[in-house]
Amino acid sequence: MKFVDEFRRSELARGLIRSIQQHSTKRVRLMEFCGGHTVAIMKHGIRQLLPATIEMLSGPGCPVCVTDNADIDKAIALARIPGVILATFGDMIRVPGSRSSLQEVKADGSDVRIVYSTLDALQIARENPSRSVIFLGIGFETTAPTVAASVIQAEQEGMRNYYVISLHKLCPPVIKELLDSGEVKVSGLICPGHVSAIVGSRSWEFIARDYGIPCVVSGFEPLDILQCVYMLVLQIEQAESKVEIAYRRGVRPEGNQRALELMYQVFEPCSARWRGMGLVPDSGLRLSKAYQRFDAELAFEFDPGPAFEPKGCICGEVLRAVKTPRDCKLFGTVCTPASPVGPCMVSSEGSCAAYYIYGAAGE
Amino acid sequence: MCLAIPALVKSIDGSVAEVEIGGVSRRASLLLTPEAMVGDYVLLHTGYAINVVNQEEAEETLRILEEMAQGAADEEEA
Repeated sequence: MKFVDEFRRSELARGLIRSIQQHSTKRVRLMEFCGGHTVAIMKHGIRQLLPATIEMLSGPGCPVCVTDNADIDKAIALARIPGVILATFGDMIRVPGSRSSLQEVKADGSDVRIVYSTLDALQIARENPSRSVIFLGIGFETTAPTVAASVIQAEQEGMRNYYVISLHKLCPPVIKELLDSGEVKVSGLICPGHVSAIVGSRSWEFIARDYGIPCVVSGFEPLDILQCVYMLVLQIEQAESKVEIAYRRGVRPEGNQRALELMYQVFEPCSARWRGMGLVPDSGLRLSKAYQRFDAELAFEFDPGPAFEPKGCICGEVLRAVKTPRDCKLFGTVCTPASPVGPCMVSSEGSCAAYYIYGAAGE
Repeated sequence: MCLAIPALVKSIDGSVAEVEIGGVSRRASLLLTPEAMVGDYVLLHTGYAINVVNQEEAEETLRILEEMAQGAADEEEA
């Protein structure tokens, strides 16, 4: 596949690894924020390719994993309302809430449908005018504009039966929260590639400036990640902290202005709960006043009941990068991808799933 | 969750494009990338093109990586 295969060339990877080895003298801790990067790093065995001076940490960048149990419970309660069709990305279907999952309520007779795109959710709403279609909106800045586009489309068509639960999250505020907590010390940040495609690499400048942490935006192929690590190592060795892009084919400093305009036309920032981190100011998105009639939480009466966390699961600490999946007593015994206890084992981009599937190769 | 793959724009009808990924055709919305043209590659995420791939930048990156690979090999031999 063009723009994928070229960035997997082994001879170029060897060159990058040699260059990293030649330049890396200081001990560094690099954190990848994005779950897509976590998977790529584990899958391609990038950790073992790097010199002992480089330690890699996984951050909280998996929208499925960071969704709070109380929010999953809300989606489940809405799905149970007679006449409702709940449309969701496949990633969310198996994630356990406090008492059940969307998969379980589907098995109990609720109409829960997996869609690839909000375009499919709109089509379901068109085909079922007498039913209410609720789209479970999760994801970061990459996904939120696509959900905003669907709301604008629904309004243009005069649809009265399309709603959204907005559990969208914003990345810069949570990285700030993580750094302010002082729990995790990082010397360089591997910034998310497709979030940056929307928000622009400039969104990370506050990290380089206020925290003195070098930032490099990375793509998702092995060469992208190795180039990103190389650029971070160079910055650290030269005692610099700036924002650079190792994914120039996909990311511009200013991002995608059109996508941001649509996102902020439909949504406005609000506080949001992150698993393991609690309430983070201005890190969520709710429907703005002009589009409130599409807000499922306002349109329906429902009772999700009290939320609680599964016993023994340390997903919250894994997401904060203070523990690794291997520190969890449930990992690989009680909690596996086949019968997951916590979301980091459910999600294909969760750290626990990545450690379980690629464990021996990835560490 | 933020997965996006490069897809070739084959034709455009209003804000919808016919794109090709690894030989498979599908429809993609260009609402977020109205600047996309036939022959461009776009990053496709959940049915929407979220950015146009900058082909010159891709070539430039590969050129730099090729030079680095050559340089690192020369240094090892020296």
